[in-house]
Amino acid sequence: MAADPKQMHVARSLAHTAPFINCRFDPSGQYLLATAEDRAIIRWKLVDDSKVVFSGHDSWVRGLAFSKDGQKLVTSGFDDTLIWWPLLDEKPEPIRRVRAHKGWIRAVAVSSDGTLIASAGNDRVVKLWNMADGKLVQELAGHELDVYSLLFHPDGKHLLSGDLMGVIRQWDVATGKEVRKFEAKDLHSYNGGQRVHFGGVRSLALTADGKQLIAGGLHKATNPLGAVHEPIILRFNWADGKILKKHLAAGVRGVIWRNLIHPDGFVIGCSGGSGGGYLLFWKDAEEKEFHKQKLQDTAREMDLHPDGIQVAAVHWNKKVSMCRLEKKPAAPKK
Amino acid sequence: MKCDYACGSEEHLIARRQFLGGMTAGGAILGGLGTFATAEAVAKMAKNQKRMIVVRMAGGLSQFESWDPKPGTDTGGPFRAIKTSVPGVHISELLPHTAKVMHHLSMVRSINTNNGDHGKGTYMMLTGRHQAPGQTYPELGAVVARGLDSNALTLPGHIKVTSGGSGGRNNDAAYLGPKYASISLSGGKPPAYTTRPKDVTEAGEQKQNQFRKLANDRFAQRRRTAETDAYVQSFEQAQELMRQRDVFDLSKESDKDRERYGKTQFGEHCLLARRLVEKGITYVQVTHSNYDTHNENFNFHFEQLGEFDSPFATLVADLAASGLLEHTLIVVLSEFGRTPRINARYGRDHWGKSFSVCLGGAGIARGGVVGATNKNGTEVSEAECDAGHLFHTYLKALGMNSRGTFKIGGQKLPVADPAFEPIKELLA
Repeated sequence: MAADPKQMHVARSLAHTAPFINCRFDPSGQYLLATAEDRAIIRWKLVDDSKVVFSGHDSWVRGLAFSKDGQKLVTSGFDDTLIWWPLLDEKPEPIRRVRAHKGWIRAVAVSSDGTLIASAGNDRVVKLWNMADGKLVQELAGHELDVYSLLFHPDGKHLLSGDLMGVIRQWDVATGKEVRKFEAKDLHSYNGGQRVHFGGVRSLALTADGKQLIAGGLHKATNPLGAVHEPIILRFNWADGKILKKHLAAGVRGVIWRNLIHPDGFVIGCSGGSGGGYLLFWKDAEEKEFHKQKLQDTAREMDLHPDGIQVAAVHWNKKVSMCRLEKKPAAPKK
Repeated sequence: MKCDYACGSEEHLIARRQFLGGMTAGGAILGGLGTFATAEAVAKMAKNQKRMIVVRMAGGLSQFESWDPKPGTDTGGPFRAIKTSVPGVHISELLPHTAKVMHHLSMVRSINTNNGDHGKGTYMMLTGRHQAPGQTYPELGAVVARGLDSNALTLPGHIKVTSGGSGGRNNDAAYLGPKYASISLSGGKPPAYTTRPKDVTEAGEQKQNQFRKLANDRFAQRRRTAETDAYVQSFEQAQELMRQRDVFDLSKESDKDRERYGKTQFGEHCLLARRLVEKGITYVQVTHSNYDTHNENFNFHFEQLGEFDSPFATLVADLAASGLLEHTLIVVLSEFGRTPRINARYGRDHWGKSFSVCLGGAGIARGGVVGATNKNGTEVSEAECDAGHLFHTYLKALGMNSRGTFKIGGQKLPVADPAFEPIKELLA
């Protein structure tokens, strides 16, 4: 069944005891994993919404990634650490801890063949680890500011990393050499009055055919410290690195925390900020969104279920919006 | 204002001596207080002279991300606490360099000004008073410059180092008069307009000053007022600024030191602060901006404190190594702290009910922590204090009588708000 964003509705909500940070569906689609400001990792079994809470990091948990077989979860924290977990255990306990970086780890990503996991963050170094044993494989240096996002190319040969400066670097996974840069300058600003860098490449995604790259974040940051800015997604041509389209959401104040490309071809952006939370939808050739859905609270992250219909968005108000990109079923007749 | 010669105020006595000193210097340019002090006396006084450096964290530094971390609580945020050079004392992991010099410093973690307004908060923290309509009090820098004024000082005693703008006097000395108002510096350069214009020769300038002095002397014999004193003082200081403008020139510092302090603007400002107190400037206030992080508080504190930490720690370590820290009070303050509650945008808002300052050096006990907040930092749990207590403490630490008075125009005006007193536990 094709997804229909214009018919999107919130089917139900999940809840926790602290504001959320991130969420991901596991590869099987049976579970939703989320993290929260109480350092918790929360696993919901979607068939009955039963909940397991576990923890192991000494700070907030930002990154969530899964082994290809769906048996293991790897989390990254603002405590410099990667932790491997047995995802399906009744009460998961850490399998392995790796002190991976100096400072926050902001992103993790798993290669398409499942053998490598990449991590990056405030120390500006991208690191590749062996998924099976947690051994360091490669260090990729070159970013001039904090690394915010990571994405493996489906060809298995390349990794993309996006930073606060709005630079996306393409790396050769085998050699560790930088191949080229995509310039996402719209996503960065330096405010001389407030003396702060702001923005960054908050999320990366590739079209199914690998021919286009999208990078999300914010622009029009007239007051970074006061949250005055708007979401933006840049669409790059993979072949020559040029920007094909800027996807905007006029009137929405926020930042794209995550962008995804739906199997049907449209882009989904999750925006949160002073204007509240939105799911935004764009077609490839259009600047303006074809649909935007206001959420119950500011959104901090989202993920698309493998079925292409369910979308989970996590909020500051300690709730998860479990959305469906389809018409709301009619209420049963009494 | 007509000068009351009978008031006997110290200020007017000094001004009178200063004035006479200049007069007895014959045809020389009025040289300020230093003109009639011996070089030896000046050197001795300069060595023992107390000084003060204030680092003002503009916008409102988060106490959670600095001096009073609460990791693992609902308000603590993502950063961890780290050990410092003082056993048992922890600060935020964003300050690893400062943590190594904490044995030179102390902290107050129990400030409650009950204020969340930038303007009022800045006023309170810099005057030690609660703002009231129709009343204007001198800022800390003016009070310290005035209170520590001595014959050894010829340059302005109140300097503000900021991100932008340099030159003229600011309006921050209230009734203490323009002599103690601050001069702003920026960019590591001397104050603006302190070189002789190209079309004025040295001889021409001397003649101008001789004529001005002649006119001043004649006028002062019959019509001397507080205004004319201020006028003369302004000229004298301006001339000293021109003569000693290298004091303010950061390019005179070694490449090695410039490297140690870093090439950031704040690094340069810390090095300039060191240079200025070494040269005898009484009060230097460096502003670091901006901490008003309603949005993405953690990213911005990571960025800002990443810039603050190393230069500040270098400054403290240098002053300690040279012995100047014995005579120099350092304070890191902010108009208020930030909310325990983390808002929807990962921000923290204004909070004046439980925040901190860090201070050390002259007159302050080392390695101490005064006051405390509760488990998640939502309220003061021990030794609550106000900006007024801190103000008294600074003055007392500098050897001033904070319960004394300034005699201004025949009136006795309290040096600090009489409703408060120094925090004894902080004093060495």
